[in-house]
Amino acid sequence: MISVKDIHKKFGDLHVLRGVSCEIKDGERVAIIGPSGSGKSTLLRCMNLLEEPSGGEIWLGDSLLTPIDPYQHADIIRLSNTYATLLAEERANAANAGKTAAVLSSEICERIIHGRLLKKREGKAFATALKACEKQKRIDINLARRNMGMVFQHFNLFNNLTVLGNMMLAPVELKIMSREEAEATAMRLLERIGLSDKRDVYPSTLSGGQKQRIAIVRALAMNPKVLLFDEPTSALDPEMVGEVLDLIRELADEGMTMVIVTHEMGFAREVANRVLFMDGGKIAEEGTPEELFEHPCNPRTQQFLKAVL
Amino acid sequence: MNFFDKLIELFSSAKYMESMFKGLGATVLISAAAAVLGLILGTIVAFVTIAKDSRAMKLPKLLCNIYITVIRGTPMALQLFIMVYIIFAIKGFPEMITAILAFGINSGAYVAENIRAGILSVDIGQTEAGRALGLPGRTTMLRIVVPQAIKNVIPAIGNELIALIKETSIVSMVSVYDLTMAAKDIGSGKNLASYLVPMLVAALFYLVIVYLLTFVIKMIERRLRAGDKR
Repeated sequence: MISVKDIHKKFGDLHVLRGVSCEIKDGERVAIIGPSGSGKSTLLRCMNLLEEPSGGEIWLGDSLLTPIDPYQHADIIRLSNTYATLLAEERANAANAGKTAAVLSSEICERIIHGRLLKKREGKAFATALKACEKQKRIDINLARRNMGMVFQHFNLFNNLTVLGNMMLAPVELKIMSREEAEATAMRLLERIGLSDKRDVYPSTLSGGQKQRIAIVRALAMNPKVLLFDEPTSALDPEMVGEVLDLIRELADEGMTMVIVTHEMGFAREVANRVLFMDGGKIAEEGTPEELFEHPCNPRTQQFLKAVL
Repeated sequence: MNFFDKLIELFSSAKYMESMFKGLGATVLISAAAAVLGLILGTIVAFVTIAKDSRAMKLPKLLCNIYITVIRGTPMALQLFIMVYIIFAIKGFPEMITAILAFGINSGAYVAENIRAGILSVDIGQTEAGRALGLPGRTTMLRIVVPQAIKNVIPAIGNELIALIKETSIVSMVSVYDLTMAAKDIGSGKNLASYLVPMLVAALFYLVIVYLLTFVIKMIERRLRAGDKR
């Protein structure tokens, strides 16, 4: 379903993700846990490209979501026999010009220089090959996102729309459903969570738990293949956590594929069939809930679990 | 003659009232036209300044930032003089149009900043939620962010329009016959020979326009806020 390959994410000098790879399979429920600042949320947000990764690839099924890296693509590599020579030339030029090695050796800088020079030397062939492989593999991120529902920590219901408006906007606007169909779908989902009487109210009148449950069914209205939960209960009052977790549990039982970033260890253990423990921008340990919670191998995991359990 | 006699004379003399209303007409025309120009200009500039950084937007962004900085950093009166005596110093070019342009361009810079602030005040989570559902950036902006931004922006735009109406009084300095000019004219020696009465009446006129505008803005605001109870 989702493949994450060697993802890096930098915010300025802050290296948040340092090469994360993981695979989310169909029907799998993956919980991501870890100390704050370990990159859990960033990893989740990279999956639907709300954060653009600084490097690496994200695949949804067999479509690539991240921009093509021309130098990792076979056709391009074949064309770029001159890569090494070019790079050496550039390095020599820069050294002659008295530029610091640090400026030049930054990976991105290399690629830009390389890309421009390569384009100049290889000319049309390079551009055509690049375009062809983009077309072949990369798909419109907006199309991909339709299949990946996302639930946010702060619910993010559209404040200017009623509950029904929130649920109908995307299906109708994207011409996936007619107005009537979208309304029927929305009402069916609202009935399911017992909030059909709230159809015409604005989000500001709802409780946190109600907002989050509506946010979840809003994502469901798009019929996604996978749901991404970004700390869905962290902003809730304690007495409302239960109702939201119940709904997520229900969806899990129905076989929905989901990725959940959470601080609710008990919940992660109960619902997930695989748990990833992240620390310092890397996946430090992963395994079934039993393995990870009962017999953590990594000392960082042991330390973390000791602190939170 | 005392104050009340002058007041009666002002209101009963067709000549004076004609001058007064002629001035009022000019003030309203300049304000309204400049407001429309300012809103259009301000909206465009605001959207350019908040656009994502890209190579194509670099120059437009730079120009917009220079525009905002220069206009907000120099006095309105000076901008008006430059427009009238330098840029549009063409013989026979109507000063009214020049004044509208000067005020519209001035107002645009303030409106742009108000709109920019309004759009930025909408929680980024709203945009993220829209994008995460697969909505394109433009749709998210138009259907989710802008409607919420408008609510936040209306009071500031209202302030700007009020300031604009009153600021138009300086067109009398470049001999456009507006409300302030009318008051000066009527009050001068060859007419009523009293500045007090026409000035007070002109002030009253400004007050009434501003009050009406405030009323309309409050009404719009109330209607827009119907959705959210706080």
